[in-house]
Amino acid sequence: MAKKTDITKAEGDLYLENLTKSFGDFTAVDDLSLQVPQGSFFALLGPSGCGKTTTLRMVSGLEDPTAGRIRIGDADITHEKPYKRPVNTVFQNYALFPHMTIWDNVAFGLKRRGIKDVKKQVDDALELIQLTQVAQRKPTQLSGGQQQRVALARAIVNRPAVLLLDEPLGALDLKLRRQMQLELKRIQTEVGLTFIHVTHDQEEAMTMADTVAVMNNGIIEQMGAPTQLYESPDTAFVANFLGQSNLFPATVVEVDGEDLVLEDPDGSFRMPKSRMGRNVSTDRGARVLVGVRPEKINIAALDAAAAGPADGNFVDGVVEATSFLGVSTQYEVRTPGGEIINVFAQNLDSQDLLPVASQVRLTWKPIHGFVLDGRQDIEAGVEIDPDALVVS
Amino acid sequence: MSIAAAIGDTIEDEPKPPPPSTNKGRKFTAYLLMLPGMLWLAIFFVIPLVALFMTSLQTPVPGGEVGQFQQTFSFSNYAETLTDDTYYIPLIRSFIYSGIATILALLIGYPLAYAIAFKGGKYRNLLLVMVIAPFFVSFILRTIAWRQILADEGPVVAVLRVIGVVGETGGIYPSAFAVIMGLTYNFLPFMTLPIYASLERVDPKLIEASGDLYAKPMTGFFKVTFPLSLPGVVAGTLLTFIPAAGDYVNAALLGRPSNTMIGNRIEYTFLSVNDYPTAAVLSFILMATILIMVLIYIRRVGTEDLV
Ligand SMILES: Nc1ncnc2c1ncn2[C@@H]1O[C@H](COP(=O)(O)OP(=O)(O)OP(=O)(O)O)[C@@H](O)[C@H]1O
Ligand SMILES: [Mg+2]
Repeated sequence: MAKKTDITKAEGDLYLENLTKSFGDFTAVDDLSLQVPQGSFFALLGPSGCGKTTTLRMVSGLEDPTAGRIRIGDADITHEKPYKRPVNTVFQNYALFPHMTIWDNVAFGLKRRGIKDVKKQVDDALELIQLTQVAQRKPTQLSGGQQQRVALARAIVNRPAVLLLDEPLGALDLKLRRQMQLELKRIQTEVGLTFIHVTHDQEEAMTMADTVAVMNNGIIEQMGAPTQLYESPDTAFVANFLGQSNLFPATVVEVDGEDLVLEDPDGSFRMPKSRMGRNVSTDRGARVLVGVRPEKINIAALDAAAAGPADGNFVDGVVEATSFLGVSTQYEVRTPGGEIINVFAQNLDSQDLLPVASQVRLTWKPIHGFVLDGRQDIEAGVEIDPDALVVS
Repeated sequence: MSIAAAIGDTIEDEPKPPPPSTNKGRKFTAYLLMLPGMLWLAIFFVIPLVALFMTSLQTPVPGGEVGQFQQTFSFSNYAETLTDDTYYIPLIRSFIYSGIATILALLIGYPLAYAIAFKGGKYRNLLLVMVIAPFFVSFILRTIAWRQILADEGPVVAVLRVIGVVGETGGIYPSAFAVIMGLTYNFLPFMTLPIYASLERVDPKLIEASGDLYAKPMTGFFKVTFPLSLPGVVAGTLLTFIPAAGDYVNAALLGRPSNTMIGNRIEYTFLSVNDYPTAAVLSFILMATILIMVLIYIRRVGTEDLV
């Protein structure tokens, strides 16, 4: 038999191949495949219960996959024991050892592997997280943010091929969380390890990660760079879960060259074919969802705009509500067809604010919109952000 | 650290709450709540203790009958008793027997508690009830039952004879072995339950974290699970050792006269000889020795491993 490769030293990209995990007849993770490039900051984003933790636990070996494979480079670690994998986890609630000092917590992994020079590495790790001064304290004597950093140091000090972070910032308040996001990003850049960061905070995922995978009901809805997900969502879930979207139903009239001609109760308009998401049918009469982000819509009083036909797509309507947000003003506009469209207008001149009940024209460039399969739930992924409730 | 801290919860999950306000009304309520307990302690513990101590200093009435004593302050009672080998040998024997029984109970009780806490699943409660089920039968009856179990015609001896540990005519009852078995059996629940209680509170995430950090299951146990269960181990060993050291039922029912423990001596001196001062002296010496041993034990465990 060929000599087995040493799993503990495996390195390279992380591959999840058709990974499935069932609990009884409930499938928590369903045929999931993805590749995480070595050294990248990868975010797994999704609502509560979508299978994020389960996916991480399979990578760390705490959960045995029902089907599929996990590889790091060429090494298959699918059924390897947790303590043999070059993978470390920052747990959702840190799981620091309460009976050990901070120093001993950080040294734990190195000592188990019989590494020499533990002292220097632990001291360096504590310096990296700027907690050298509390090395001899017990975890309960630290603040939440400090505990979080210790959990990070305890994992990072082992230089794993893959570092898993399960909502590491979930227990921190908003301000501290923003601060720690920058800190985490700095540390990742500094140590150059592969980070897989699980979160249900879309802003966190987008600010930190090179690649974001949006997960829902045990599958990956879409994966890509944050800007790509935001600008060109593939599904209604992604469009709603990442930022806000105006989605309204329309039907396909015809395909005209590179354009799709669509119609809805407010009239007909054009969208480029290149802006189509997954599984969109272009058959005549097919139902689609048209999406535009609120900040990409231009709003103007109708009398000013009515001088001539607008450039691009437009719809007229009445302002139903406004809220002044500081950097921008949010308008809710009702169209004759009964749709409510959200618009964020930059605040340049506060005299230009449009009062409620004004007649307005909304315009947007076709290239700024997107077209999605009309057979999905238009409300999928619409979430009340728990943080937003806390701050306001 | 204090005994109370060792027995109770020494692992704090949260920072200590701020000290209670020194509000007068609240203080009054606190004293009021303590009152019944304090009264109870005073009447049933402090007063008898003082009485016992006074008794231990009494001397026989000159020319009086058996059992007639007068109040003196004869501290030499202690020296005399401590140098009498009919007393100090059973005392030492008591600590040896109860020490062995405590170790055996720990070796049996810890895995039992571990299995119930981590592998018990939905049968946890049933298993716990089974651990305390023997309490539904009287202590004496249970100990007498061990005579049957260890008797020459009993199952244990039969097996031991087959495997040749005991000769064809040999037996294991009455003997020191039988006494220690009885002690181990009788105090096992006191060992198991506190250990279970502290194991049950060990966060499984911590054990997972140790595996994630390259600890093999055994290493994880000794580095994480066991240290976190130490408060239970301390409580369990104390709850076994202290009553076992003063026990006289097991030695009386399962041992020979050569296996008598200090409890038997106290009982005999008090009830048969009617030498109340010596019985009181023995009680005090037993109490003091246990107290010193316990303090040393808690100090050692406490400063080394406890949180
Ligand atoms: N051991 C288990 N037995 C049965 N069902 C489980 C088990 N572990 C997880 N599940 C189920 O699998 C689904 C996914 O769970 P998971 O913990 O992966 O969610 P998550 O995405 O991490 O959610 P959250 O953001 O709330 O942490 C949930 O519906 C959960 O109830
Ligand atoms: Mg989770």
